[in-house]
Amino acid sequence: MKKVLLLAIFTLASAVMYAGGYRVALQGNKSLAMGHTGVAVVNSAELVFHNPAGLVFLENKLNVSVGGFGVFSKIAYHNELTGASERTDSGVSTPIYAYASYQATDWLALGLGVYTPYGSAVKYDDDWAGSHLINNIELQAFYIQASAAIKVNEYFSFSGGFIYATGNVNFNRNLSRSLTDLEGNRSEVTIDAKGVSNTGWTVSAMFNVSEKFRLGATYRSLIRLTADEATAEFENIPNSPGTPFADTGAVAELPMPAEMTVGLSYEFCEKWLFAFDLNTTFWGEYESLDIDFENPAIPDSFNARNYKNSINARFGLQYEASDRFTLRGGYYYDQSPVQAGYFAPETPRNDSNNYTAGISFKVNDRFDIDASFLFVHSIEVDASYDYYLDGGVAAPFGGTYKTNAFVPGLGLTYKL
Amino acid sequence: MKNYIKITAAVVALGFISCEPEFDNPVEDNGFYTSGTADFTNYVAVGNSLTAGYADGALYITGQENSYPNIMANQFALAGGGEFTQPLVNDNTGGLLLGGTQITENRLVLAFDAEGNPGPVRLEGTPTTDVANNIGGPFNNMGVPGAKSFHLGAAGYGNVAGVASGAANPYFARFATSANATVIGDAASLNPTFFSLWIGNNDILSYATSGGSGVDQTGNLDPSTYEPNDITDPNVFASVYSAQVNALSAGGAKGALVNIADVTSIPYFTTVPTQTIPLDAATAGALNAQFTLYNTQVLPGFVAAGLLTQEEADLRAINFQAGVNFPIMMDDDLTDLTDILISQGIPAATAGLLGQLRQVKSDDLVVLTASSVIGTLADPENPQSVIGVAVPLGDQFVLTATEQARVAAAAAAYNAVIEGLAAQNDLAFVDAKSALGRVAETGVAFNGGVLTSQFVTGGAFSLDGVHPSPRGYAFTANAIITAVNAQYGSTIPTVDIGNYATVTLHNN
Repeated sequence: MKKVLLLAIFTLASAVMYAGGYRVALQGNKSLAMGHTGVAVVNSAELVFHNPAGLVFLENKLNVSVGGFGVFSKIAYHNELTGASERTDSGVSTPIYAYASYQATDWLALGLGVYTPYGSAVKYDDDWAGSHLINNIELQAFYIQASAAIKVNEYFSFSGGFIYATGNVNFNRNLSRSLTDLEGNRSEVTIDAKGVSNTGWTVSAMFNVSEKFRLGATYRSLIRLTADEATAEFENIPNSPGTPFADTGAVAELPMPAEMTVGLSYEFCEKWLFAFDLNTTFWGEYESLDIDFENPAIPDSFNARNYKNSINARFGLQYEASDRFTLRGGYYYDQSPVQAGYFAPETPRNDSNNYTAGISFKVNDRFDIDASFLFVHSIEVDASYDYYLDGGVAAPFGGTYKTNAFVPGLGLTYKL
Repeated sequence: MKNYIKITAAVVALGFISCEPEFDNPVEDNGFYTSGTADFTNYVAVGNSLTAGYADGALYITGQENSYPNIMANQFALAGGGEFTQPLVNDNTGGLLLGGTQITENRLVLAFDAEGNPGPVRLEGTPTTDVANNIGGPFNNMGVPGAKSFHLGAAGYGNVAGVASGAANPYFARFATSANATVIGDAASLNPTFFSLWIGNNDILSYATSGGSGVDQTGNLDPSTYEPNDITDPNVFASVYSAQVNALSAGGAKGALVNIADVTSIPYFTTVPTQTIPLDAATAGALNAQFTLYNTQVLPGFVAAGLLTQEEADLRAINFQAGVNFPIMMDDDLTDLTDILISQGIPAATAGLLGQLRQVKSDDLVVLTASSVIGTLADPENPQSVIGVAVPLGDQFVLTATEQARVAAAAAAYNAVIEGLAAQNDLAFVDAKSALGRVAETGVAFNGGVLTSQFVTGGAFSLDGVHPSPRGYAFTANAIITAVNAQYGSTIPTVDIGNYATVTLHNN
């Protein structure tokens, strides 16, 4: 069963970035509906992601949450100076998640989860105005996490966990702004890496101040995915000793940044729950996207990114409308890690307002059906990437960008 | 509860509606860019090879796609511009066939030789564009490579039957609407709402590229008597040009008139230095010894006899030095002394050599094609036949100062006509001469580099050294767009010329 599940994830899932950088904040339907809060919310196995320490406070012995999302995201670009314009056609991608927790003893709970915290799928038209920076990218990182949570007393618990991360990336761009073969086809390169893996860890804690007021904190470590055996495939290369581009191996590295979340939840008026998370993603690790080609005749590719750490504030509200229905809503402000002058069209993210809502339907004592949706609205921004070099001379690529995303999600919660 | 569902439904609906990110002011929107008082609905471009997108010594598809009119039309499309058709050839090989026989050469590509040195070579392969197959015109791009000003109105210029004899133009034969059609007539039949006219370059350029081997026809008002490398009389130019402007603007069309650039802006004339013959002191001395009598006795004798001015005698004196020397050349503007020398008992061969001989001077321009001739052996069997040292460089390889003056005088006259007619008809005047002059003199900075007219590396010119590269054509398109915006109050955006290619690398 697990194999089938994993296979399904690996073949179906791909995620569109819609949080800062290539962070994909879609780790559960209940939490997403509440503005992707959850570090201090105890209501399902989604805690495996948000705060495994809280697993010991779940009422049931066995908790399972599975689900997925359909991501419809769009990027619009134009440049008023040249009249160039572009809209991505990235299609729909479907990140999914699966979590399970098991109350082993009164003081110990175990959790297992599979989720996709990082990813990106952006597809511009080939040879668009920024094609020397990117034509298309598909990036997925899957985390498989095993955690153990220990209850110290009814007020306090903590957890530690191990993460196995594996990723794939496929990236295509034109080699320059103007190089073509004899027939005028733009010269391009495709970098492909599969099954790039590494390990990391996570720790978390939960503190129940009172029956109604909880505090939580979770830290997830940096995981560097280093593709030692990537392939670089060159196409439409002129037949000339002046352009020594031939298919070769490549080494590239992408950091999956560490993340720290602290937050609270507060129950009030019996049926209401408020949650607030403050999240820092340590994007400062992402300084440069460098591709080292095995063939020494091919110049390596250095692409400055210089991200900065980003802070997101998340708010969620839950209302138990009836025995059957629970309603949720939320908002989060997503701060882009991209600094001025480093706005590359592969992750054209500016600060965004994110609105979420959702509903759970209790089928019976064991099953909930969870639905959620997210609307990402980013403000249109004039931005440029100033570090592209053409023959050693900086050739900035800029314009106006606007992005948005609409993400409906559906999940299932099982309790035993 | 019901309210929540309503709100939820409303937000869901909002999400779907807003799924396309919309700019406050999208550039695609009608009215973002404006056409001012011009109307770009039906743009027709008339001219010669420059208008056709000819580059690298041939006409081929990607060159045509990067023609300045096509680049402009793409930008015009942002402000109401319509479809722009071009008489695309069949391939990227370049070269034309006439009834299966190749009549023009393939394009040049930049190839690296065995030593790793890059240089232009002809692309190998058989072209597939046969001018005997008329593809049906007219097209929005009415650029006809090789056309001079008076050709545009010449009936029969596109008659395929005249191509073999040179009476007609193979490029126009491909898309002339009939055997008797004229370029300007076919262009006007499209009823342009906007036009550009860039003609007159070949009226001086074929003279210049042939090293002044034609005749300056200034004063001869009958172009039917001109040979291909002659300079067109400025009055002939003024007459036909004026008629063309009238024909194109007859329907009230607005337009742009583009003037003629200096030959000194073109790498074909600026790449090969005037001093190219390296000699050591001993060789220079030995060569000078052969000319001692000529320099000290013959030339002064001719001056004394009144056959030469002192000035011409000084010009004709031969002097080599240790270092890099000026090659010897034939100059058909010198007094021809051959017969007199023969009558003085000089052997005919020597007399022929000395008849119009001089050394290249620093104010001459040596053409690009001379680079493959200078220093080679005129007779491969005879090591004493080094061209430029023992055998003079042919007249066709040097545009002398005298010849340059003829070219400049004619160009100035044409340009005065072009500027005057633009002002008179409220048409945009495009000063391509100044724009290309800046490229040649100082270079023009763009996003990611500096455009210069340096051969191969400068970016502005293709490998024939005469025609622009795609980047050079994009620069030209920007110059025209800027002039059009200034004239008509339109707001057509220019292009980023860094996105356009320069020379094509290819080893056969």
